[in-house]
Amino acid sequence: MKTIFYIIQKEFIQVSRNRMMLPIIFVVPIVQLLILVHAATFEMKQIKMCVVDNDFSATSRKLISKFSGSPFFRIKYSSFSYSEAEKFLQKGKADVILQVPPHFEKNLNTNNPGKVMLSINAINGVAAGLIYAYSGQIINDFNKDMSSGKIQIAENHTRPETINITYTHWYNPQLNYKTFMVPGILVLLVTLIGLFLAGMNIVREKEIGTIEQINVTPIKKYQFIAGKLVPFWIIALFELAFGLSLGKLLFNIPMLGSLWLVFLAAAIYLIAVLGMGLFISTLANTQQQAMFLSFFFMIVFLLMSGLFTSVESMPQWAQYFNKINPIAYFIRIMRMVLLKGSGFSDIRIELLSLAAIGSAVLAMAVRRYRKVA
Amino acid sequence: MQSESIIDVKNLVKKFGSFVANDNLTFEVKKGEIFGFLGTNGAGKTTAIRILCGLSYPTSGEVNIAGYDIYKDREKIKKSIGYMSQKFSLYEDLTVYENIRFYAGIYGIDKKSIKSRTDELLEKLNMIDIRNKLIKDLPLGWRQKIAFSVAIFHHPAIVFLDEPTGGVDPITRRQFWELIYQAAHDGITVFVTTHYMDEAEYCQRVAIMTEGKIAVTDAPLNLIKKYAVNNMDEVFLKIARA
Amino acid sequence: MKRFIGFVRKEFYHIIRDWRTLIILFGMPVIQLILFGYVITNEIKDVKIAVFDQSKDETTLRLINKITASGYFKLTENINSYDEIEQIFKKGFVKQVVVFEPDFAKKLKKEGKASIQLLTDASEPNTANLVVNYTSGIISGFMAEENKLADIPVKIIPEVRMLYNPELKGVFMFVPGIMAMLLMLVSAIMTSISITREKELGTMEVLLVSPLKPVQIIFGKVAPYVLLAFIDAIIIIAIGHFVFKMPVLGSVSLLMLEALIFITVALSLGILISTVTNSQQVAMMLSMVALMLPTILLSGFIFPIENMPWPLQALCQIMPPKYFIIIIKSIMLKGNGFLYVWKETLILLAMAAFFILLSVKKFKVRLEA
Repeated sequence: MKTIFYIIQKEFIQVSRNRMMLPIIFVVPIVQLLILVHAATFEMKQIKMCVVDNDFSATSRKLISKFSGSPFFRIKYSSFSYSEAEKFLQKGKADVILQVPPHFEKNLNTNNPGKVMLSINAINGVAAGLIYAYSGQIINDFNKDMSSGKIQIAENHTRPETINITYTHWYNPQLNYKTFMVPGILVLLVTLIGLFLAGMNIVREKEIGTIEQINVTPIKKYQFIAGKLVPFWIIALFELAFGLSLGKLLFNIPMLGSLWLVFLAAAIYLIAVLGMGLFISTLANTQQQAMFLSFFFMIVFLLMSGLFTSVESMPQWAQYFNKINPIAYFIRIMRMVLLKGSGFSDIRIELLSLAAIGSAVLAMAVRRYRKVA
Repeated sequence: MQSESIIDVKNLVKKFGSFVANDNLTFEVKKGEIFGFLGTNGAGKTTAIRILCGLSYPTSGEVNIAGYDIYKDREKIKKSIGYMSQKFSLYEDLTVYENIRFYAGIYGIDKKSIKSRTDELLEKLNMIDIRNKLIKDLPLGWRQKIAFSVAIFHHPAIVFLDEPTGGVDPITRRQFWELIYQAAHDGITVFVTTHYMDEAEYCQRVAIMTEGKIAVTDAPLNLIKKYAVNNMDEVFLKIARA
Repeated sequence: MKRFIGFVRKEFYHIIRDWRTLIILFGMPVIQLILFGYVITNEIKDVKIAVFDQSKDETTLRLINKITASGYFKLTENINSYDEIEQIFKKGFVKQVVVFEPDFAKKLKKEGKASIQLLTDASEPNTANLVVNYTSGIISGFMAEENKLADIPVKIIPEVRMLYNPELKGVFMFVPGIMAMLLMLVSAIMTSISITREKELGTMEVLLVSPLKPVQIIFGKVAPYVLLAFIDAIIIIAIGHFVFKMPVLGSVSLLMLEALIFITVALSLGILISTVTNSQQVAMMLSMVALMLPTILLSGFIFPIENMPWPLQALCQIMPPKYFIIIIKSIMLKGNGFLYVWKETLILLAMAAFFILLSVKKFKVRLEA
């Protein structure tokens, strides 16, 4: 056991002597949290609209002002012709065109439906869907406003029925994206540091030749791997604590559940992630390769983990894949415990899976690491 | 001549694909001797020494080190040997003391002994004032001496040195060999590879390798007489040309 | 000149012999395209919901059917009390609970109004928002059908056209972003690592002492990566077009030219990073943090820039990938020609010139040091 201690001691000394590494370890989380959290949102605000009003009636103006009164839209341009408006879309200066054709008001006054045309830049499909939804809501409201002045209930017409829909968002009533993103980004941070530091490590010793000196000693394989694991595990856990406090300070993220649980999960998760890094390190011959392999795996796991997009909407095979994706489990745990206050029994399965992945990966790393070429 | 062999090699073969790096090597090293493995670059010396250290698997052949069979008890052997590679494998971003402490710790030496032995060692080498200097700030010759000291810190039975004096001036080389003599005097068997033929004369016995095979094994003086030349350089030239 | 060619050849050998890296370099775009094309989506499908039906009459049953028949939702549980809601959310699978008030159908007939409560697990706000919108949409659709006989005097009907991407395919957003990311990866990061590697191994000094001029050394180091990056770009566009049916409406040669310009910017960034450090590890971390992450997050690749707070938007303006992505989308999806993208192209060219000058200056300083 003492052997492991000596390796740990050496690793810590090396990390602390590395001038550039230290600021990276501390500054990066702050920067990432600040930037990422603010950048990572799918909300839509200030959708740029170009209006083409070919009717110039009181009604068309009322409709248009309803759009400009909405926080979602900003009427940036008004144009006389559709082709001119389309140029704005083409140039990317507007996202949607609202065109009111001539005789709009007349049609409505004669109880005929009034048509308007919405042309939406659909390159971002989801955004386009939302723009459509918001526009639809505004038009609906407009319909209701106009109708309430004109409803007459005649005997041989049935009264329209309305269903009142109210909604409440639990855990995050304002749909605050930051609340959602911070735990995820903390996971990203801790994973980055862990995976890369551990991933580079063994390869570096291979590259400079000190690994031979170690292989010549009677050190056992598991002692070596353990000694390499522990220092980065400690550093990463510390990062997590640092990041969580920043999250609380800067964004006031909820911490409904037990923090002990979060750290327990983190401890297990990090074993899995660092283990992966170490395993990659045994596969690669140069630091460059190690970095690429780590990067590749990280991107794949990250994208599929549910950090940015929802896991449930992925195809079946992707969901199976996620069963061996440690990041997916940990993000779930973080969100459930921090944002909803889930307890140990709720995340039992995730913890077990993480433990299983961790042991498997570590075993692979120990096996793969050869003291003898 | 209480010489039992401490290294016993019979028909050692190492192949890399179809390339034969070590072709049926047979030799033995007696306990306490300074044994030189000579040859040009590419002759197969480093390959052989790595096998003896347990860093590489032989393709075939028998190898016994300090009474242990290399196939069955490889890890046991490692407790009894020390190694200094061509790159001197010290951590550049660690100090002299930290390097020594690290390797000593891995070999299982207890803290107190590490401290006392290190103090002794640094005094002997005149390196007390550079105890806390980073390796990367030291000149090559000093690194060599430190690397050697690290290799024998745990008092192994054998120390393997792979081209330990590459790239330093003759005076430093001499000083280094004094350290080797000292170690041999203390009972450590020294197995050293080199392509400096003058260093061959410092060894008690040498084996000369060319193209993967051992050409001759004998004491340097005997070889000089046998080939009727003036020094080992010329012995080697004669053998290499053959 | 011959020396230079020999040097470039050596660099090529380095890369070609490193098959592990090559596999990743060419495999990565493919895998990412697959991920983005088939796996990652903001749309919702089979979202698990629970229903708390305090009425259990014909109307509620029909509504529930309509909701589950839509394909967006999957009913996994029926609960019977308000207390169960918290538990069910804590377990983490159900995203929405639909609550019908008691005597639903009766109230609808007699008073013309009945209430439904939608409770969502908004720890995933994006999903929650979409879920509520979709559910409301389904319920409104139900009402509209039921009310076909009623008179609604004022009805504005919007006609909608989805331009450039009528099927609302998600992949159109991502192909340009993946291209930017990969080109940045190959050109900037690999270059910076390659140069610092020579420095670490000590062979850089040997090169500097040789008759090769420093400019030639840099060019030589960088040349193979230009080719690699180019091949990657072609692979991405090809897969985007043939597998995902992404149109290439504009001029392909313009596209390639713009790619080349962007590669140049990325390369100069890589060289710049390599002048700052001698250690591969540091070069890597710096590249990751200063180049890769901003490319993914601040270029408009995944998250739209317009929605970010203004300090971040300002930051985005100096991100080369942002302009590149605009250019690609413009050319590929809108079929625009040079006249529409000249501004962004100019910006990229200016950035390239700036970074190249900066790195040359820094490199010279290092040499003289």
